Amino acid sequence: MTLTSDPPVGKTGERPETGAGPGADELTVVAVRRPWRWAAVAATAVVLVQFGHGLVTNPGWEWDVFAQYFASEAILRAVWVTLQLTFHGTVLGFALGVVLAFMRLSASPFLRAVAFGYVWAFRSIPLIVQLLFWFNLAYLYGELSIGIPFGPGFFSFDTVGLVGAMSAAVLGLALHQAAYAAEIVRGGVLSVDGGQLEAAAALGIPRLRRLRRIVLPQAMRSILPNAANEIVSLFKGTSIVSVMAIGELFYQVQVVYGRTGRVVPLLMVATVWYVLLTTALSVVQHYVERHYAKGSTR
Amino acid sequence: MSAALTTPPAAPAVPKVELRGVRKSFGSTEVLRGVDLDVAAGEVTVVLGPSGSGKSTLLRTINHLEKVDGGSVSVDGTLVGYRRSGNKLYELREREILRRRTRIGFVFQNFHLFPHLTVLENITEAPVSALRRPRREAEEAARKLLDRVGLADKETAYPKQLSGGQQQRVAIARALALEPGLLLFDEPTSALDPELVGEVLDVIRDLADGGTTMIVVTHEIGFAREVADTVVFMDEGRIVERGTPAEVLDNPVHERTRAFLSKVL
Ligand SMILES: Nc1ncnc2c1ncn2[C@@H]1O[C@H](COP(=O)(O)OP(=O)(O)O)[C@@H](O)[C@H]1O
Ligand SMILES: [Mg+2]
Repeated sequence: MTLTSDPPVGKTGERPETGAGPGADELTVVAVRRPWRWAAVAATAVVLVQFGHGLVTNPGWEWDVFAQYFASEAILRAVWVTLQLTFHGTVLGFALGVVLAFMRLSASPFLRAVAFGYVWAFRSIPLIVQLLFWFNLAYLYGELSIGIPFGPGFFSFDTVGLVGAMSAAVLGLALHQAAYAAEIVRGGVLSVDGGQLEAAAALGIPRLRRLRRIVLPQAMRSILPNAANEIVSLFKGTSIVSVMAIGELFYQVQVVYGRTGRVVPLLMVATVWYVLLTTALSVVQHYVERHYAKGSTR
Repeated sequence: MSAALTTPPAAPAVPKVELRGVRKSFGSTEVLRGVDLDVAAGEVTVVLGPSGSGKSTLLRTINHLEKVDGGSVSVDGTLVGYRRSGNKLYELREREILRRRTRIGFVFQNFHLFPHLTVLENITEAPVSALRRPRREAEEAARKLLDRVGLADKETAYPKQLSGGQQQRVAIARALALEPGLLLFDEPTSALDPELVGEVLDVIRDLADGGTTMIVVTHEIGFAREVADTVVFMDEGRIVERGTPAEVLDNPVHERTRAFLSKVL
């Protein structure tokens, strides 16, 4: 028994036409018919239209309530708080992440171990648990002081004043973000060909300049898509700080529907804001990536 | 031709490059097993040898991309990478090593141009950041160098838009931008398609005629015969034969040199 089939036996003298035989310019190309693809398209289209129809006609969505709150002052202020949390979390998180990444890449086993330990710890602790810890910092350490360990302190802070709810949230988000940013930056740096650093060193280019001018711009190509993912997830993740009663978007929406009972349209308010801002971020990402793609194509 | 690239009229007694008993191991493999080499100023030394014989490692010790485990490397009578005080060698600080490296040009087998910088930016980067030349001045010098390697019209191109031979010529211009007194070439034509080898060798030949001191690792025997003042044959981490091209290439004494030459010729 054989798994391959014999070539079909045609009538004697009838050969399959090969190549551009006589009359090649009269040949037309006929694409393979794909009936199932058309069936799938039709089915998907029906579902989409039904969903769209429901969105418009089902009174449960309460679009009038949506319109009333979408751009209301309380919601706009909450959107602003969300943006601030995202911005500070990202900037501080990535700044610390870059430091941690280079610690992990350094020649010092001590620095490597500390950075490794940091990443390990902050990736293991759920963000919400960490946030609640910071929020309750005042309970753990009434006063923070900077000085020699076990020795005299030089400065001291009152933690209640230092770590307000908003700072606790930013701190928590940034420390959490730093662990992920560190790995993303480290991955990006490792993706740059070692010959680049070597060539730069052979030219006598100073170390910091080598990183800033030669390595990081090339690392950016693999850092950016991952970083954008992280920023988007941080942006949506800010909703988690609603547990700390901070007036960000999701908290504010909950407050409003708690008062009015209009849950669905207010969830839609939050959803549309999140979608709009994520879209804006994707557009920015597109242009930033294009900038760093310089010289990458023929 | 800039002053730094020409030989001083009265050749000093100190050789330009001086290696004494250089040893280097990677883990348990000894890659350099006591190499002695003198290169006089203005001389072209071609290093031949089978793959894995330690040629690249040898070049890399000369600008301290690789630290040596034993022996010493001097350029212009100054130790590379160390400062001697009494019987001790103190490793130099990074900044000092970098400063000395700017006097040695290195051309890699795989070019290692910076892909995200234009041709002109590739060439001006080191003069601006390592020698603190004003950008304007560095750009002017870079344009002259591009002209010299025959790529005057490519200053705004990115490396990936160039052929291998053009990229290697840019890499040579980049090394020349520091006006080094010594040029090291590690198989500069080995990554090139055969028809592109000539254009790169022409540039190197021009530099040799201009009196630049250089050490060239290559498998181009014809080039060695024509350009080299000295040919050195390396095998298993040692220099086994050294002489003029006529001596080493036409009448090799050592069996291993003969075996190698019969394979590459
Ligand atoms: N960084 C390194 N780590 C470990 N082994 C190395 C390293 N660089 C070179 N070697 C080894 O040293 C030997 C000599 O290498 P190399 O100097 O590149 O030889 P060549 O240039 O003559 O081909 C080879 O066996 C190579 O595998
Ligand atoms: Mg080599």
